[in-house]
Amino acid sequence: MSPRRSISSAIGNSPVGRGSGRLRAALRPATSSAGRYFGKHQSLSVLVGMAVATAILPLVVLIPPFSGFGGQNDFVDGFASAGVFVLLAVGLNVVVGLAGLLDLGYAAFFAIGAYTYAYGASPFSGLDVPFWPMLLVGAAVAAMAGLLLGAPTLRLRGDYLAIVTLGFGEIVPVVFLNADKYTNGTNGISALYQPALPAIGDFGFINPWPYYITVAAIIAVAMMLLYRLEDSRLGRAWMAVREDELAAASMGINTVTTKLLAFAIGASTSGLAGVFYASKLGLVSPSQFGFTISFTVLAMVVLGGMGNIWGVAIGAFVVYEIQSQGLKQLNNFVASSGIPPIHIGFVNVDLSAVNFLDYQFLLYGLALVGMMLLRPEGLFPSRRRKQELHDVDDAGASNQELVEA
Amino acid sequence: MTEQIAPPVLRAVRLTKAFGGLVAVKDVDFEVKAGSITSLIGPNGAGKTTLFNVVAGLSDPTEGYVEFLGQKMVASPERGWLEPILWVLPAGLVWLLTYGLGLAGVVTAAIEVLILVGLGLLIATLIVAVIRPAWYTRLLVVLGVFKSARPNDMVQAGIGRTFQNIRLFANMTALENVLVGMHGQLKASPLDAVLRTGKQRREEVASIEEARRLLQYAGLRNRDNELARNLPYGDQRRLEIARALATKPKLLLLDEPTAGMNPSETATMMKLFSRIRTELNLPILLIEHDMRVVMGISDSVTVLDHGEKISEGTPDQVRADARVIEAYLGKGAI
Repeated sequence: MSPRRSISSAIGNSPVGRGSGRLRAALRPATSSAGRYFGKHQSLSVLVGMAVATAILPLVVLIPPFSGFGGQNDFVDGFASAGVFVLLAVGLNVVVGLAGLLDLGYAAFFAIGAYTYAYGASPFSGLDVPFWPMLLVGAAVAAMAGLLLGAPTLRLRGDYLAIVTLGFGEIVPVVFLNADKYTNGTNGISALYQPALPAIGDFGFINPWPYYITVAAIIAVAMMLLYRLEDSRLGRAWMAVREDELAAASMGINTVTTKLLAFAIGASTSGLAGVFYASKLGLVSPSQFGFTISFTVLAMVVLGGMGNIWGVAIGAFVVYEIQSQGLKQLNNFVASSGIPPIHIGFVNVDLSAVNFLDYQFLLYGLALVGMMLLRPEGLFPSRRRKQELHDVDDAGASNQELVEA
Repeated sequence: MTEQIAPPVLRAVRLTKAFGGLVAVKDVDFEVKAGSITSLIGPNGAGKTTLFNVVAGLSDPTEGYVEFLGQKMVASPERGWLEPILWVLPAGLVWLLTYGLGLAGVVTAAIEVLILVGLGLLIATLIVAVIRPAWYTRLLVVLGVFKSARPNDMVQAGIGRTFQNIRLFANMTALENVLVGMHGQLKASPLDAVLRTGKQRREEVASIEEARRLLQYAGLRNRDNELARNLPYGDQRRLEIARALATKPKLLLLDEPTAGMNPSETATMMKLFSRIRTELNLPILLIEHDMRVVMGISDSVTVLDHGEKISEGTPDQVRADARVIEAYLGKGAI
């Protein structure tokens, strides 16, 4: 024992109280203004929020104008697919939003999750592992891949990291393309087995409901766990590394472990999405996991509001629905509105013949440019990022808000 | 008198740091005694911050070493070539075995698996090497390999620091900044956090309590939930000190902690340093330009010029030293 008194005793501190009375006493002031950490019951709000959303969405599509766009089952099927992207976005948010590591090859982990399921549950390999344990296996394999990618890139930052991850994202589908023996090459693996859980109905191509419920449950659990991580020692370490890596190391944070964990946890969420996606689609092929997926998910995270788990989830859902339903309906709308073709000199513009789905990435680009100019913090920003980007004009007001919160 | 008998907390021995041909620090010896405030002064470019960074584990010295609490923490690497051998050893053994079994024709089918196992082992050892957990460092020591402690190891060993140009986590609240400082003492694993175990919740509550107390101690009242970037300059300096104290240091390194402060702010800071020394019995190594601060609170002063130590002693001795006056004011001043 060193002769000097410990800091805590000198300042009159009580260390971690073992007795319950002491704990209660310690909790009282904590809940008053540190409610950010404990009072909010985030887990409960995530579960309730997801349950409500899951229940309401299929009902919303029954009312006009949505009811005119398609049957309820088509919508629910679309929602289940949207769920895949919500999961991807929520996972990428850990890497990009919390730890500040720009990852442009995120689709690689998605592919790894999907192929893990394809290999574990298809006639191709002869294995038939049930869906539910495969979820965990897929997440674990993807997390390993995250570590694998993370380890050599630890010294890189910003642009350099983005380029290396981009490369990784390109390599993985190529590996799947060429490792015929395990992946069936270009053709991919098809006729994957479908999940089975009698309690929520028959999983099948005609009945989207079990998939819908499954993905909602996976998202709810993933979000709950990520919220808990964000509010923990690890979450603070992620943020500290994002803010200033050297200072973080000088506060005793092992930045290596912290960044590896960000990659691994982000990747495992992506792996979950991959397993679900493969089981729902029934086939995997290398062409499904190109750069466009990585880019789309990154756009979802940025548009939704980097760093805010709920914001990112809603952003992903909205972007996916605009892309899959909105553009289709725009086509129908313009085609039926009877706008006459315009002739300006040699240029003929016939809006009713335009397929807006082809312009998906143009529209993404425009949306991102507009967003960066008008609302750089995203649609549903975390309070932190909002303050960061609107500091000059309303720093005082938001401080007040923080103090009250 | 006990302070003279007690071994020094920090001891730098013949430290030299060269960047290519430029020798920024040359053959410097100094020590920080238990419970004392030791200052490091010198004109601009004298090598103070370089020396500081070496002591904090940010860069390896070219020669010499740093001892903290009697343990060698920082020096240039020794027998570094042994480490790569360690990395490939497990995988190499598996591969050799695979090769042997293949030659002998004992196994034919499982060879692919064995090769993959070797690859997995190789990756695992490499990841362990980059994470460098404590047991890996101990293993290296057993093998006679020496690698300098990294900044985070230095903090774990008990060296807390602040930065010359404030490096707070700007977009985190004051409270969160201090909580990050406590990172090393918190023991809850990510799994605990995911399961919200009782252990993790208790630990978080207790750490928030303590973080508040530290903020108050450093003179930041009712600023807990303010973003660090929005704090006034003086408060940011205080927050840096609170954050450094949160690492439970046994030695505090302060790099120009009163830079840019007005005289009254400087005076309160000096009071804070004295309190830290007397109440917490925490030795401080201070880099400072403000001579009033240095002469007012230091027990011992080390003067650097052009990377070399030109003087050492009590403030009065140093003040009277001709070489110090020369370094600061030029030859004509003597």
